[in-house]
Amino acid sequence: MATIEIDKVSKVYHGNVPAVSEVDISIADGEFIVLVGPSGCGKSTLLRMVAGLETISSGTVRIGGRVVNDVEPADRDIAMVFQNYALYPHMTVRENLAYGLKNRRTPKPEIEARVAEAARMLELGPYLDRKPRALSGGQRQRVAMGRAIVRQPSAFLFDEPLSNLDAKLRVSMRGEIKRLQRRVGTTSLYVTHDQLEAMTLADRLVVLSGGRIEQIGRPLDVYHAPASTFVASFIGSPAMNLVQGELHGSRLAIGPALIDLGKAVPTQGAVTVGFRAEDLQVAAPGGTAGHVGTMPLRVDYVEELGSQRLVHGTVGDQTVTVALGADAPLSGEMPVAVPIGRLHFFDAETGRRLAWSSVEAHRTTTAADLLEIAR
Amino acid sequence: MHRTRILDHAVLILGALFLVLPVVVAFMTSSHEAAAIHSRGLMLSPGGHFVETYEKVLTRQGGFTGQVTGARMMMNSFILGIGFAAGKIVLSMLAAYAIVYFRFRFATLAFWVIFTTLLLPLEVRIMPSYEVMSSLGLINSYTGLIVPLLASATGTFYFRQFFKSVPEELLEAARIDGAGPFKFFIDVLVPLSKTMIAAIFIIMFVYGWNQYLWPMLMTTDERFFTLMRGIKQILQVWIGSQIPDYNEAFALAVLAMLPPVLVVVIFQSWFIKGLTESDK
Repeated sequence: MATIEIDKVSKVYHGNVPAVSEVDISIADGEFIVLVGPSGCGKSTLLRMVAGLETISSGTVRIGGRVVNDVEPADRDIAMVFQNYALYPHMTVRENLAYGLKNRRTPKPEIEARVAEAARMLELGPYLDRKPRALSGGQRQRVAMGRAIVRQPSAFLFDEPLSNLDAKLRVSMRGEIKRLQRRVGTTSLYVTHDQLEAMTLADRLVVLSGGRIEQIGRPLDVYHAPASTFVASFIGSPAMNLVQGELHGSRLAIGPALIDLGKAVPTQGAVTVGFRAEDLQVAAPGGTAGHVGTMPLRVDYVEELGSQRLVHGTVGDQTVTVALGADAPLSGEMPVAVPIGRLHFFDAETGRRLAWSSVEAHRTTTAADLLEIAR
Repeated sequence: MHRTRILDHAVLILGALFLVLPVVVAFMTSSHEAAAIHSRGLMLSPGGHFVETYEKVLTRQGGFTGQVTGARMMMNSFILGIGFAAGKIVLSMLAAYAIVYFRFRFATLAFWVIFTTLLLPLEVRIMPSYEVMSSLGLINSYTGLIVPLLASATGTFYFRQFFKSVPEELLEAARIDGAGPFKFFIDVLVPLSKTMIAAIFIIMFVYGWNQYLWPMLMTTDERFFTLMRGIKQILQVWIGSQIPDYNEAFALAVLAMLPPVLVVVIFQSWFIKGLTESDK
């Protein structure tokens, strides 16, 4: 068990392309951190620098308080799970599990005990004498995890371990990873491009874009208060609606719609307004109470998900997606209501979140909203 | 449908005959007496002197010094073929390992230099090679026969291509598992290369077995003669009006064919097994 401190770490490839720039992450003992971002955001590079497979251009990485910049991967006391499993194809499952221990001159009985323990934990018992090619994708992934577990390292590093699995298996393996990490309590750093995986697995998630950290936080905090339009559009599915708006005093104009925010906003003029599809509702006929704003939505098409219907349309000339209940009434043009407290504001230029408060707003205003409805 | 099938078989049978017939003729002819062959030409039917001809070829003390037998030449050819193939594999695997996995200055240049030597046949460098070997006093030795032929651009090239196809993650996993460069090579790369090794062994053994020019230059002592030289030797012995020993030449040729055939048969099954089992 150990902490991992990533301190102002950068990676510059020859040709001066910074893949990762000045990243700071401090990981507590036993914490599950997920690095998430689109491809090319530097998340894998960062992980590989922690693993020692990539040299660190500047900054320091400490594992368990020890600076490991110049330490060989084998001596960093970490274990890594790869996307394509990277099992040794000519060795049986048992040999695959034991290989790392054998190289460390672990005594034989100890190796056997640890392999047996890992096999039991991962239900690999019946497959120990098979070669990897005789296993299914999910089983191979479990062997790859077993190889990490038997080592009893101070940290697990996962490099998109579920990307090669089909959707259904991915969900069950996701659960298994979570369960296993809880059980062994090993500090984990996990890389994925799948925001759902990130949300469900992470104690804290780190959203990366262009080699920089966009936001670090607990999944729900990131979900409820994205620090930028990038995070807003990346975390959550369907992606948060982002539209151009105009602030005048306490009034917000989005295309043809005019919404009264009820209180003055420090920023004025053009802003990017964000709201989640699932926060929108069909506005009640005959006007709505003051806690919501309404916008006329022209419906383009509807996606039926069974439990939900996703209505894609336009407000003015900007696209908006609304997630409605499966039996919500539909019409070609309908007014949708958005709770004021669930609005997010971002700087129109930089995309940074504007301190108008959404988390605070939605947490404090829910009480006020209720009062208002009661009135 | 039926018609095409007959035609298919006809083509296949014809092809098989075309390939097998010369071997059959050689084998049949070798079981006749030299005089009979001289007067009646090649034979398609078995003669009555099979055992004695083959025994004579294998055990008779031949050559000028009378120190070399067919069996001895066969052993020499074996040593040459196996040493040649094994040495080439070891050397080219190590060279390819260095080129693919180690970053050193001029690595690409080194590879291309090796690669261009592919274009040069052995005959081009045969005089300098001979010069070096003779000044090292290695003429008439197995070392001299084998070592100068070991550097193999072809083998290096094949292994390089193969190593490049081994997923990078395997190396990384091995590094994290604490396997150093040597361990990675022995524990991971060599077992993975099994099919490649089998394929190259087949090619190189046959190539080594069939070497003619180099052994002829390198060996003056008859104890180091290879089978390929032996065949030539038999036909060269014209003493007075004696008929050349055609039957013995044919017998030796048939014998010379056997080991490569065996190697191909044995390693081919290995090779195919590896091909069908691997799932990379």
